[in-house]
Amino acid sequence: MYDFAYHKPSTVADAVKLLADPDAKAISGGHTLLPALKHRLNKPTALVDLSGIAELRGIRREGNAVVIGALAKHAEVAASAEVAAAIPALAFMADHIGDVQVRNRGTIGGSVSNNDPAADYPAAVLGLGATIRTSKREIAADDFFLGMFTTALEPDEILTAISFPIPEKAGYAKMRNPASRYVMAGAFVSKGPQGVRVAITGAGPCVFRQADMEAALAANWSADAVAGIKQAPDDLNSDIHGSAEYRAHLVTVMAKRAVANAG
Amino acid sequence: MNVVTPFEGIGASVRRKEDFRFLQGKGNYTDDLNRPGQTHAWILRSPHAHAKIRGVDIAAAKAMPGVHGIFTGADTEAAGLGGLPCGWQIHSKDGTPMAEPPHPVLAFERVRHVGDPVAIVVAETRSQARDAAEAIIVDYEPLPAAPSLEQAQAAGATPIHEGVAGNICYDWHIGDKAVVDAAFAAAHRTVALDLVNNRLVPNAMEPRAAVGEFDRFTGDYTLYTTSQNPHVIRLLMAANVLKLPESKVRVVAPDVGGGFGSKIYHYAEEALVTWASAQVGRPVKWTADRTEAFMSDAHGRDHISRAEFAFDKDGRILALRVATQANMGAYLSTFAPCVPTYLYATLLAGVYTTPVIYAEVKAVFTNTVPVDAYRGAGRPEATYLLERLMDVAARELGIDRVELRRRNFIPADAFPYQTPVALQYDSGDYQSTLNECLRVADWAGFEARRAEAAARGKLRGIGISTYLEACGIAPSAVVGSLGARAGLYEVGTIRVHPTGSITVLTGSHSHGQGHETTFAQLVSDKLGVPVAQVDIVHGDTAKVPFGMGTYGSRSLAVGGSAMMKAMDKIIAKGKRIAAHLMEASVEDIEFDRGTFRVAGTDRTKALVDISVAAYVPHNYPIEELEPGLEETAFYDPKNFTYPGGCHIAEVEIDRETGKVDLVNFTAVDDVGRVINPMIVEGQVQGGVAQGVGQALLESCIYDADGQLVSGSMMDYTMPRADDLPPVGVATHTTLCTHNPLGVKGCGEVGAIGSPPAVINAVVDALRDFDVRHIEMPATAAKIWQIINGSHGKAAA
Repeated sequence: MYDFAYHKPSTVADAVKLLADPDAKAISGGHTLLPALKHRLNKPTALVDLSGIAELRGIRREGNAVVIGALAKHAEVAASAEVAAAIPALAFMADHIGDVQVRNRGTIGGSVSNNDPAADYPAAVLGLGATIRTSKREIAADDFFLGMFTTALEPDEILTAISFPIPEKAGYAKMRNPASRYVMAGAFVSKGPQGVRVAITGAGPCVFRQADMEAALAANWSADAVAGIKQAPDDLNSDIHGSAEYRAHLVTVMAKRAVANAG
Repeated sequence: MNVVTPFEGIGASVRRKEDFRFLQGKGNYTDDLNRPGQTHAWILRSPHAHAKIRGVDIAAAKAMPGVHGIFTGADTEAAGLGGLPCGWQIHSKDGTPMAEPPHPVLAFERVRHVGDPVAIVVAETRSQARDAAEAIIVDYEPLPAAPSLEQAQAAGATPIHEGVAGNICYDWHIGDKAVVDAAFAAAHRTVALDLVNNRLVPNAMEPRAAVGEFDRFTGDYTLYTTSQNPHVIRLLMAANVLKLPESKVRVVAPDVGGGFGSKIYHYAEEALVTWASAQVGRPVKWTADRTEAFMSDAHGRDHISRAEFAFDKDGRILALRVATQANMGAYLSTFAPCVPTYLYATLLAGVYTTPVIYAEVKAVFTNTVPVDAYRGAGRPEATYLLERLMDVAARELGIDRVELRRRNFIPADAFPYQTPVALQYDSGDYQSTLNECLRVADWAGFEARRAEAAARGKLRGIGISTYLEACGIAPSAVVGSLGARAGLYEVGTIRVHPTGSITVLTGSHSHGQGHETTFAQLVSDKLGVPVAQVDIVHGDTAKVPFGMGTYGSRSLAVGGSAMMKAMDKIIAKGKRIAAHLMEASVEDIEFDRGTFRVAGTDRTKALVDISVAAYVPHNYPIEELEPGLEETAFYDPKNFTYPGGCHIAEVEIDRETGKVDLVNFTAVDDVGRVINPMIVEGQVQGGVAQGVGQALLESCIYDADGQLVSGSMMDYTMPRADDLPPVGVATHTTLCTHNPLGVKGCGEVGAIGSPPAVINAVVDALRDFDVRHIEMPATAAKIWQIINGSHGKAAA
């Protein structure tokens, strides 16, 4: 890696100030950024380590929502009694991200801010109709994920927490990429205050909602309702691990399994 | 009496001595070594698969902080460094020697694969060396690249080396074509199969590393390196590249974290850091990162073959005809030419009585990383070809696949058995390993398991492979006649210290095999000394007299045999000392596990009495015997050894996603006498993991321009623990008849026998679909395409 300055602020306000430098980068678990730095694919002037900011921690119930602080590690979400009681599908999803090392270092804020097209969390955020809280404002999930590795976050804006409305039912299913173990195609489905939602990750350049499946599930919440709905392969990812057609097929299979998992 | 309790000799599952340090993080690997005044190297590598180098501008880089030296191909040429030598010469059908183009340590005027080294930068820190490497400006003129066998042989393909027509390294054959063609013409039935043996990246856990150190007072060079055979590296580097007397070069291979073949070869970086250390006057360390490993460690396999069996009306094989193309990569790696010839085509009889065989092998240069031996080396390719063809034949002949194999087995009473492809097998019992494997795997109960799986929506299949391999390489005279430029004996020294503890010096190198335990057990068994008092020293040319190293499952069969010979010399000398001490005649002295006895009496001397007398020769036959108790033996094997056995795999396929789960795996192997059953089990399991990796997961992929697409763990699928079921391992022993231990070797059997068992199981799982063959790796996407493509035809 190239040389960089290292800062460890203790408040969001201080972190935001440090991030005013357009070439500074925020880091939490570092599971995406550090490998990029080691490969010299990224040359930040400074790393702003968010791990010392207490206000970014915590998992709590707020009315009809579960609010998860940006620094919550995947393993913490997976083990949280609050999450398990309110949104078991979210705990299940967190428990199946990457491997043990990733789950013990990676954070929800880092994953959602990075918006890797093959990450798990964007599916849960969009599939549950969550609200992203930042250092400046609140952003609806539908307005947050803009494209591959691109979100509505501004350069000096930090994701502080995510508020997940508690659904009646929710489920997640995915097929892993055999090499990276990232998501090749995953579906997060829910029914609740945000309506019926089907969010697909891994298959395309960015997480997206599957409108035909949502309509079908709104009419009839059952695995059979989505089993016959085909995802168009246009614009889906294609690589040595699977064609766009294969991923399109997996979208249907995973949506069906996600509904079955939701009960 | 010197009684060893508990029993630690041959047959005991003694816990691995070396694991105490490995499991506590106390291993001493090359990158752990830091020499006083050490500098660091970064290798600048080609981003192009094929390009001319019009110029290299190092001016800016040389002025960067911390830089001690930058050397390019022009510098190594000017210094007179030789190229990397090839250790095996093959002759083509027409008698001409193979094309053997130069393999410079730094690319000179042309780069031939992505990762080809272009310059070495030596700086105070690794980061500074890398910074400076980024500042080097190389003016490349890209040339058309030919990464595939097809592209390299296409009409009008750009020659990768000057003077190598059609990019052909050699066009070799074995057997009598006319006789085999005649057998095919007269056959009742013939069965043909085209198949690919996928290219693999070895991926040892420890990346390669090297530290070079020049002593300006003595003029001696020391190279610390990740090698399976330090003496071979010393020989090749000193004589061919650096042109130094071997006496001025010491090579040390300390703890090495896995090799699987990839650390046999002499690599450019070893010579570069050694040479550069003299140029900059400081020790130079280089450690590969994983990205470099993918683009610079020798790859494995990469064959395309057509295979045909001719059968009589009873399903007996009349002949085998094979045509193979082998991808050599851009240059010849150290032992590359022998892999698709003498380690492959000579194995094509397998466990069968095939009377005549003809195989032709075309070796082709391509714009890819050089290909060389990887766990199994040639034998997995031969086994995969035979065992897939056997299954296809069984189906097309309408004969049960187990029965067809049995019908063609070499019978247990036919040994020694001369095959039509040069090898003479000494021992084996293929019916017994098959029967045992069928029993353990519950072959008979499979259909019930398949029905139960179908009820869960899974397609279940079972596959079998009955295989043989040749290892313990090999009689020096034989390999010499086949083109080897080396002898393949091994060396062992037994040093009995005055107080009776023992140091063994061996030319076999341990990089995961557990030699420090297994070899100590040999000594314990024969000389009656506790394992804890036996130290195994290996991996240092300054300590060990000589050695050819570890590969081809040869350490016990060849290195162990050398130790046995040396121990025989110790015992013979000890008897003479004992005879003197006990005032008896030498002929009357018996020896058994540490005790010298005058036959028929209770007069005895322990080994320690003898060693004390040998080093404190107050009462000693000094007129006729030298003091000391240390003996060295060279052992040159009389033949290869021939492990074999049966592997059975059982898979379940998710019919919606195509994902294959390996649910059962059983291996029953004949590896000869077993010294440490626990270590054998571990070796077989590790081999099976790599074989399953090849069958289901691993594939090295280049795009049409020669870029390495599967260049990291993000895209190259290594097998993980959760990809594997518990692997059931059993042994069924017939003894090797020609080495003193009766051992055959167990390091490669897992990787050799398993891939066809797995693919046969996958094809069996898809028996309701129209599938004749599936290429490795059988990925979910590939299986889905098959299921999807034949949708409607299935009896779903």
